Amino acid sequence: MNLIYLDNGATTKVDDKVIKKMLPYFNEKFGNASSLHQKGQEARMALEESRRTVANAISAKPSEIIFTSGGSESNNLAIKGVAYEKGRGHIITSKIEHPCVLRTVEELEKKGFEATYIDVDSEGFIDLDQLKNSIRKDTILISVMHANNEIGTIQPIEQIAELCKKHDIIFHTDAVQSFTKIPISVKKLKIDLISFSGHKFHGPKGIGALYIRERIKLKKQMHGGSQERKLRAGTENISGIVGFAEATKIIKNSDIKNMTKLRDKLIDFILNNIDNARLNGSRERRLCNNVNISFDAVEGEAIGGYLDAKGICSSTGSACSSKSLEPSHVLKTIGLTHEEAHGSLRLTLSKYTKEKDIDFVIKVLPDIIKKLRKMSPIK
Amino acid sequence: MMYSEKLMDYFKNPKFAREIKNPSAVAEEGNIKCGDIFKIFLKIKNNKIKDISYLTYGCIAAIAASESFCRIVKGKTIEEAKKVSYEDIKNDLGDVPAIKLHCTHMVIKTFKKAIENYENKN
Ligand SMILES: Cc1ncc(COP(=O)(O)O)c(C=O)c1O
Ligand SMILES: [Zn+2]
Repeated sequence: MNLIYLDNGATTKVDDKVIKKMLPYFNEKFGNASSLHQKGQEARMALEESRRTVANAISAKPSEIIFTSGGSESNNLAIKGVAYEKGRGHIITSKIEHPCVLRTVEELEKKGFEATYIDVDSEGFIDLDQLKNSIRKDTILISVMHANNEIGTIQPIEQIAELCKKHDIIFHTDAVQSFTKIPISVKKLKIDLISFSGHKFHGPKGIGALYIRERIKLKKQMHGGSQERKLRAGTENISGIVGFAEATKIIKNSDIKNMTKLRDKLIDFILNNIDNARLNGSRERRLCNNVNISFDAVEGEAIGGYLDAKGICSSTGSACSSKSLEPSHVLKTIGLTHEEAHGSLRLTLSKYTKEKDIDFVIKVLPDIIKKLRKMSPIK
Repeated sequence: MMYSEKLMDYFKNPKFAREIKNPSAVAEEGNIKCGDIFKIFLKIKNNKIKDISYLTYGCIAAIAASESFCRIVKGKTIEEAKKVSYEDIKNDLGDVPAIKLHCTHMVIKTFKKAIENYENKN
């Protein structure tokens, strides 16, 4: 059976070009970048070359990029790093951030920091007025994600960056889902901290990066050696870093166009052909690879189970597939009822998604929904 | 989290997911908040479960547990059927992930309610 992978929001396949770049760094150029001998220098060169590549992708200086173990670590370091550097104060974030942001801010609240969690509207856009009104004299950080991982909503980070600039507040954005899909330039926008994760854009897992604008001070969260500007101890994951850097270069404009086209085809088909289905998130300001639909009277994990039986990998915001037995906080925050949240299906495309894959989904999905609705006591 | 092959087979090929016309008893349990709703239909004759069916809104485990329960109790006497426990469903399915055990419990609860409805009626 042909496998159709539509869970690229969770993780992506590593590009062959990326693997090829990485391989020598396991057994040939295996040195420790801190060593002074030639093996070490080889690794050091690869490290700095990679840093330049990543910096280039967002118009930053190489010295403003540090490598981490992924999105979660970058978000932890950015937020805790600012908070503990300042010592006290108020943090603003949104209610639909990834758990690694929300749990981090909650942890800081336990440590005496104060926090405000901003609402979003029914499409997932942050309430800018509420954001403005929440700013206090002691606000030290605003952290709002670039694009949401569940519903694909792209936040107006330009306006948030302006606001932060005006009030002289550090602005952090989690660009884990948007990076390489939406251009971002730290020359054009005054963003102070940006989190990235390799495995969301065809790089390897366990490698990420954090952009730290010059002169922004962070308290380190990992103590040890003096790697990564003394901000993140530990021998650098050179193969991962090389892979991460390569992955920033390989996506083409045509890939974005193609994903957008296929995304729209899928959304249009579902909304026009399946009754009582609605799109979660925004139709216009939406990640090019995200489809998230709620179906009445059926449960998301069950939809996913039947799709999987047809070879299609998907995901859901339903409670029953999460360990917490609570439906997705994002879907609840945008105002979905429990039923709507339980009946959500997320299909996330990649540059490898073919039109025939989408055509196959279109072919099998209506019958799956029909079958499950027939089995459902909710009519 | 992993589902057994048998659990997946029940989920994919349900035989008892339907309504029974003129049932002897019906019951519904669960609510949309917790994510699973079960409805069980019974056809009872001479104290025996002549036919049983379900409509389930819920996850893979909820549907498979409903299916398993119906397969187990069909043809049993009411007394025998009352003794079927969630352990029996679990064994039939070849294990159920711990976080899904509540879905299994709910099937039994729904059945017990249907029997109660039947006994109160007769
Ligand atoms: C928006 C967002 N932020 C952060 C993360 C965490 O990234 P990582 O898996 O690299 O720790 C993810 C991935 O699940 C994400 O989607
Ligand atoms: Zn369940």
